[in-house]
Amino acid sequence: MTASATDILPTDQSIGDVSRQLTDIPLHFPARRQWWIAMAIALALLMLFIVSVIELFTRGVGIWGLNVPVTWAFAIHNYVWWLGIGHAGTLISALLLLTGSEWRNSLNRFAETMTLFAVVCAGIYPVIHLGRPWYLYWMFPYPATMDVWPQFRSPLEWDIWAVLTYLSVSVLFWYTGLIPDLANARDRARRRGWQVFFGLLALGWRGSTIHWSRWSRTYRIMAAIAVPLVVSVHSEISLLFAASQLPGWHSTLFPPYFVLGAAFSGFAVVSVIAVALRAMFDLKNLVTRKHLDVLGKVLLATGLMTGYGYVFEVVDALYSGNPHDLQTLLNRTSGAYAWLYWGAIAFNFVPLQLLWWRVVRRTGWSLLLISVSVIIGMWLERYMILVTTLYRDFLVSSWSHYTPTFWDWSTYVGTIGLFLVPFLLAIRFIPVISIFETEKTLLDEQEARDG
Amino acid sequence: MADLPYGLVAEFATEDAIINAARQVRHAGYRNIDAFTPFPLPRLARVMHIKDSRPAWLGLAGGIFGFLLALGMQAFVSYAYPLNVGGRPLYPLSAYAIGIFELTILFAVLFLFVGLLWLNRLPRLNYPVFNAPRFHLATKDRFFLCIKVDDRLFDRDNTAHLLRDLGAVSIALVPS
Repeated sequence: MTASATDILPTDQSIGDVSRQLTDIPLHFPARRQWWIAMAIALALLMLFIVSVIELFTRGVGIWGLNVPVTWAFAIHNYVWWLGIGHAGTLISALLLLTGSEWRNSLNRFAETMTLFAVVCAGIYPVIHLGRPWYLYWMFPYPATMDVWPQFRSPLEWDIWAVLTYLSVSVLFWYTGLIPDLANARDRARRRGWQVFFGLLALGWRGSTIHWSRWSRTYRIMAAIAVPLVVSVHSEISLLFAASQLPGWHSTLFPPYFVLGAAFSGFAVVSVIAVALRAMFDLKNLVTRKHLDVLGKVLLATGLMTGYGYVFEVVDALYSGNPHDLQTLLNRTSGAYAWLYWGAIAFNFVPLQLLWWRVVRRTGWSLLLISVSVIIGMWLERYMILVTTLYRDFLVSSWSHYTPTFWDWSTYVGTIGLFLVPFLLAIRFIPVISIFETEKTLLDEQEARDG
Repeated sequence: MADLPYGLVAEFATEDAIINAARQVRHAGYRNIDAFTPFPLPRLARVMHIKDSRPAWLGLAGGIFGFLLALGMQAFVSYAYPLNVGGRPLYPLSAYAIGIFELTILFAVLFLFVGLLWLNRLPRLNYPVFNAPRFHLATKDRFFLCIKVDDRLFDRDNTAHLLRDLGAVSIALVPS
């Protein structure tokens, strides 16, 4: 991307204008009405979540539709789904920073913010699924009086380390990238409250060249470390399944299949947020049609890779010739939950094909609708992977069914509030697009234009 | 001495202007200088001969620390409470690998973050250059060069004159 025809940002705006436009979003919030409407809905969902969790802690996990053999359902299904969504933020920020893809600079901040809260929603699920969540500390090695320690050779124990590491690294990476923008907002703030708020958060950043030099180095190394981390986290989640002996799960395909599906669903959510914020804050000069175009291409690419995973899941079962694997394949495609399998394929891959057309990628609402379809499709896929393997145990006497209860649904819908409330607060109070990186991109493009 | 100023802060309008100014000021023999920009300018850092590779070493140290911690923790737990799971090995590196990987990354990033703040002496909420009247633009779209009074060539009038010749838009003497 060197020629001016491929400029991602319109070059007829000055960096000062961009800075003012973006710092004005927290300081002189433009879309109060829409924000409060969204916040009211989000708070209602969060209340639903709180009520569901109180009910859960009072009466136990029996209020969910879990049974034996379907011991894992909505809790793990939504955990995988939320965590997968989070992955796109890190990939956009870290991977595309290292590859020097400048279009990321308009998207990375809200994508990373999305990651943080998606990981929180994911992380809360295993905790409430424990049934006795106050014993969470048993997962950590502490000198217990009974001399019992955690079992470090179990994927369930790996899980907590992977997710907590992912959350911590995401927070630090996000904050490191945010400090210079907080300093910018501090310097633009006129009201005392804002000055104190941004002044404290900016840690006294002053943009000294030596500081920038260390910052750049640190940020790039963090990015280089975050990329293998993000791949490892969903791989590790897939080991929860693949390390078991169950047909339909016990496959070496699982780690890449999960990571690609994660990126796929995550890019869909990033596209939804990009389209929404672009309209809400009138950011069409910064999140341009070209950004939507690239997002559409990435969505299409990750979708096709996920589709490859679907194909190889079938090949895997057929090639193994294992009767249980073949039975699970049959259960998926024509059993009681076939609607999940075909639903996942339909929602994931059918509307996706429209993205081959440029005009579809560059139009906000069509990209939005396709992304919503992908989000639903990936949700069905995680549901399908969980339940179709579990509901038919090895012994016919153990066969059962799973139907989500009201509390399953209410907890799940509630986590959307748990995601939206902090996300809406974040877009209200911090610069929603990385200001200094956008300025730099713009300046480079203007220099290239002027020769 | 409380009344000794901190330095002269000069404002430049463009990236090229500050890079040129930094080069000339260094050429004139000034060494105790600092520049403030809204975004990283690697060219400016090169001109000012600024290079600090300690963050990379801190990251490496954090990684090694996390690696050893995770390996030691998991091996110790298996040693302190040996759990026989179907005769599987007590000290399998393959099963430990994920915990090791995660803590390696966690501590590398923690060291990097804390190290960044420590090397930059942050948080420090106030700093003398903030007293320059137009310095709030340093985070927006202006570029600032500061020559400190303790530079041996510093002379209030001559240095200001030099900065003005280099195209400074505004010059301010900031108290320390």
